[in-house]
Amino acid sequence: MFDLDRWQEIFQTLSKNKLRTVLAGVTIAFAILLFTLLFGIGNGLKHTFEKQFAGDSQNSVYIRTGNTTKPYKGLQSGRKIQLRNNDSKFINEKFEDEIQFFSPNIQRFNVQAIYKGEQNRYTVRGVYPDYQPLESAEIKEGRFLSFIDLKRKAKVIAIGRLVEEDLFGGRNAVGKNISLDGISYKVVGVFNDPGGDQDERYIYAPFTTIQGMYKPFDELDQFGLTYNPKLNIEQAIAFTNLLTKVLKEKHGIDPRDQAALRVQNYAEGAKNVQQFMMVLNVIILFIGIGTLIAGIIGISNIMVYIVRERTKEIGIRKALGATPNSIIGMIMMESIFVTALAGYAGLLIGVFTLKAIGKSLETYFILNPSVETYVVVGATIILVIAGTIAGYIPAKRAASIKPIVALNDE
Amino acid sequence: MISIRNLHKSYPMGKDSLHVLKGLNLEIKEGEFVSIMGSSGSGKSTLLNIVGLLDEHDSGEYYLNNQLIEKLDEKKAAILRNKFLGFVFQSFNLINYKNALENVALPLYYKGIGRKERNAIALEYLEKVGLKDRANHLPNELSGGEKQRVAVARALVTNPKVILADEPTGALDSVNSQAVMELLKEINRSGMTVFVITHEEDIAAETDRIVRLKDGVIISDEKTIKKAIV
Repeated sequence: MFDLDRWQEIFQTLSKNKLRTVLAGVTIAFAILLFTLLFGIGNGLKHTFEKQFAGDSQNSVYIRTGNTTKPYKGLQSGRKIQLRNNDSKFINEKFEDEIQFFSPNIQRFNVQAIYKGEQNRYTVRGVYPDYQPLESAEIKEGRFLSFIDLKRKAKVIAIGRLVEEDLFGGRNAVGKNISLDGISYKVVGVFNDPGGDQDERYIYAPFTTIQGMYKPFDELDQFGLTYNPKLNIEQAIAFTNLLTKVLKEKHGIDPRDQAALRVQNYAEGAKNVQQFMMVLNVIILFIGIGTLIAGIIGISNIMVYIVRERTKEIGIRKALGATPNSIIGMIMMESIFVTALAGYAGLLIGVFTLKAIGKSLETYFILNPSVETYVVVGATIILVIAGTIAGYIPAKRAASIKPIVALNDE
Repeated sequence: MISIRNLHKSYPMGKDSLHVLKGLNLEIKEGEFVSIMGSSGSGKSTLLNIVGLLDEHDSGEYYLNNQLIEKLDEKKAAILRNKFLGFVFQSFNLINYKNALENVALPLYYKGIGRKERNAIALEYLEKVGLKDRANHLPNELSGGEKQRVAVARALVTNPKVILADEPTGALDSVNSQAVMELLKEINRSGMTVFVITHEEDIAAETDRIVRLKDGVIISDEKTIKKAIV
């Protein structure tokens, strides 16, 4: 297969016919470049969108309470609904199969935190260890809260990355003690949260510790849970509807009372998000295919033109003893060589351009624009094949016309 | 070397067809120096194209080197051309992006000869036509006469049996015409069959035998009377 002589002939032809080499090369490189950029930017939009909804687990459900707005079964309206520890137990027992992670939550706003003269105010949340997957928080250093902390009502906290930055100025906070409202807590971990800055300014403490400190008896503020990811969206909505119904029953709330107990289900949002993502994917795919088709048409035109232009040369070569196969082989190898090389160049330029401009596009809701390697490589291969086929047809025709006809071509 | 019997050729022209060669008979022996004369439209180029396997005849028999030529596919024709025939065209037909040496070496590439060897042989033939110092010039840097000498070197390089020249001096002035004819004579003296097409009497007179063609038939076929060398 590898014939040095043949390649030398090809290199010579390509280098002595710069215009058409450049023309074919630029077409392919440009098509791949455009493909990479458009696809990358499309993916960037997708990433932004994903991130907007990545703050919390996609399958999370939050239960909050307020005051009743309707009288029900002899109870008057305006009554405050209070969640308690027995509600935790009730929900967990009733929906054992449907629930994946579960945590009650007590929130204290504007808690003064002090570390060696540095101070700031943060929201402190008393939660179960399960709250970490609920918030999609990722541990950066140390660990999150544990059940042992919960049992011992330990004075330990996990702090958001920005809390560490504010109070510790970039030094490691794990193992240090912070004073919250005058009581000292030991930092056991620092976390990142994809939900953004606000979510990275939370301080998490064991639920039992916070409940003992701030709440009379067994009161709590809200519940957060994630449902079993095996449930599909319809099943998830049915689950939350049932959950709402039984909780309203338990607390004596009118089923039509929207304010007294709210179950916020991300599943419905997720459904819209999924649909939107699908549309976005279709648009990206459409852009990609469109660019590829434009590239294929471009390279086909150029190949037809190149072969046309070389008809006389082909005639001369045939008169000198070139067989049709050697003519076809020559044109094919030239076209494959140029398109593959140019395609690779376009791919590299595209990928590096995306890398270079990626950061500056964040303001335009384009996050981390990038293309999977296999997609660009696949696109390049498609263009190479298209160029080959587009070259083959006229090459075959040129190789089969009588040499005298080819020689007389002007 | 070349034997033609009752050769016919016509070209389709729309609905009708143009009957160009109407039953030609021609024998050319090895080592002959023959010219075909005729006005344009007489069919002389068609004859040369058929002899040169650049075109196919319709009926009749054509033997090249005692081999009957019929139903040749392009591959076989290409191999035969490469092996037995060398072409010199009126318009030179050099490849414009290859220098003189590469143009001369090209038939050897298709013969499958390695690069070094073919360049050495090509240079040898360029020297024979007196253009060794022009080896690295591109065709557009050469004069018409030089181009045609390069083309002659290219025709010779595979050491073919027959050189076919289609109006080799048609685009040249008289001095260069003479130089090219001298080259062809010299080639003929070395034993190669040379077959020239021309419409110029004085060019034909340089050959050993003149075949006159008119309207697709041979009207005369005679040896030239050599002028006395003064």
